[in-house]
Amino acid sequence: MSQAPFYVSPEQLMKDRADFARKGIARGRSVVVLRYDAGILLLAENPSPTLHKIAEIYDRIGFAAVGKYNEFETLRQAGVRYADLRGYSYDRIDVTARGLTNAYAQTLAGVFTTESKPFEVELVVAELGVTADADQLYRLSYDGSVIDETEHVAIGGQADAITASLSGLHTSSLDLAAVFNHGVAALAAATRSSLPTEDLEAAVLDRTTHRQRTFRRLDETTMAGLRED
Amino acid sequence: MAGFPPAFLSSTSNSFVELARSLAPEALPRDGARDLSEQSPEGTTIICFRTASGILMAGDRRATIGNLIASHSMEKVKPADDYSVIGIAGTAGVALDLIRLFQLELEHYEKIEGARLSLNGKANRLAAMLRGNLGLAMQGLSVVPLFAGVDEVTPHGQIFSFDVTGGKYEEHRFHAIGSGSGFARGALKKLWRPELDQDQAITVAVEALFDASDDDSATGGPDFVRQIAPTIFTVDLAEGVTEIDSAAVLTTAAEVVDRRTRTAGA
Repeated sequence: MSQAPFYVSPEQLMKDRADFARKGIARGRSVVVLRYDAGILLLAENPSPTLHKIAEIYDRIGFAAVGKYNEFETLRQAGVRYADLRGYSYDRIDVTARGLTNAYAQTLAGVFTTESKPFEVELVVAELGVTADADQLYRLSYDGSVIDETEHVAIGGQADAITASLSGLHTSSLDLAAVFNHGVAALAAATRSSLPTEDLEAAVLDRTTHRQRTFRRLDETTMAGLRED
Repeated sequence: MAGFPPAFLSSTSNSFVELARSLAPEALPRDGARDLSEQSPEGTTIICFRTASGILMAGDRRATIGNLIASHSMEKVKPADDYSVIGIAGTAGVALDLIRLFQLELEHYEKIEGARLSLNGKANRLAAMLRGNLGLAMQGLSVVPLFAGVDEVTPHGQIFSFDVTGGKYEEHRFHAIGSGSGFARGALKKLWRPELDQDQAITVAVEALFDASDDDSATGGPDFVRQIAPTIFTVDLAEGVTEIDSAAVLTTAAEVVDRRTRTAGA
């Protein structure tokens, strides 16, 4: 005797999946990406010095993620493959954050609706413009929805608290040290902890560099030099 | 499902060449052309030697088709990444493609793995790429690279030469490739010393390339009319790859020409 098929409404199904993904993401620590006057700062609370949450995708494109490590690592590598293949087939300037964000959005949305379990991740794709007004920040959620931000964007469990504490701040007119300290303060306030420098991971996309690849990690000494607290 | 092709998400390879071969083979240089060797520009003399602090690699700027000069300003020596340089002699189109592909191969590995390949690893990867190019070499479109650089394990630097079949050989003092290499190597035998500082090394490189251009029609000398100087790169662990400013190279070249003019007149 076979069991009678039971009905689950699409609303319920999507809600269950979204709750599941949100719970996974809320467990992790947050990442915040902020523009400053000469570039973009990617800042994360991450005690591990090797398992990065922040990474380089291409010459002017940075990547930040929270959630399940194996899932966002797969997405990061896919992004590097997308960017390198596109840049080799056309030209390096033809690799854009918008194209990459679209590919991420489609993949996340596809997995969210068709696979047995959604990705428990949130991503930020940041592109450094040639001039400051061409900077782009995209925030991607587990279901593939995209939001573009103008000054700063936070992801992870404490994203709302971080965004609230940074609200009204025009980080793109401040220098790196000031923005770094605002970022650290917002991360620390959201977790109500003191955040030692060795628990931070940071990188910049640097508009002032002469190198083609603008992504640069900040080591502990540099971060300690930037901190004021 | 749109978005990334499935291979982007499931691939386990950190090699860009393998990725491109499976997903976009049309983007890669490929076999199929026949007897093109007489119509394709060719590049000529590259030299490389050890200095007190690391490595110097230099190349002339001329490309030829038969007895014609195809280009006066081709750059045949390029940085492969932040700590290594590559110079290529042979069919220009294939050579430039190979350089671009090799640069991307190293960058792709670095981004996927989060760490740089070792210097030996890079050299082995280049050898494998040459082996993949064997079909083109059999049609006369051969390229022979010279690769050198430094890493933490070998801070004093290593130089590797290759043949068209992908054979890889380490050179311990200096080496030259291309049609003028015999003359350049002769000059280096007399001029090279292990403890050359930066200025001395640049002079030695200019002298060796000058000798090559003196006797080999396919190697270009310093061009004072168009202000074209040989390409010179140095590599050391402290500074990484540095290109020597072409004005400085031209000044050194003018001194070399002056000295030789005086010697010839005396």
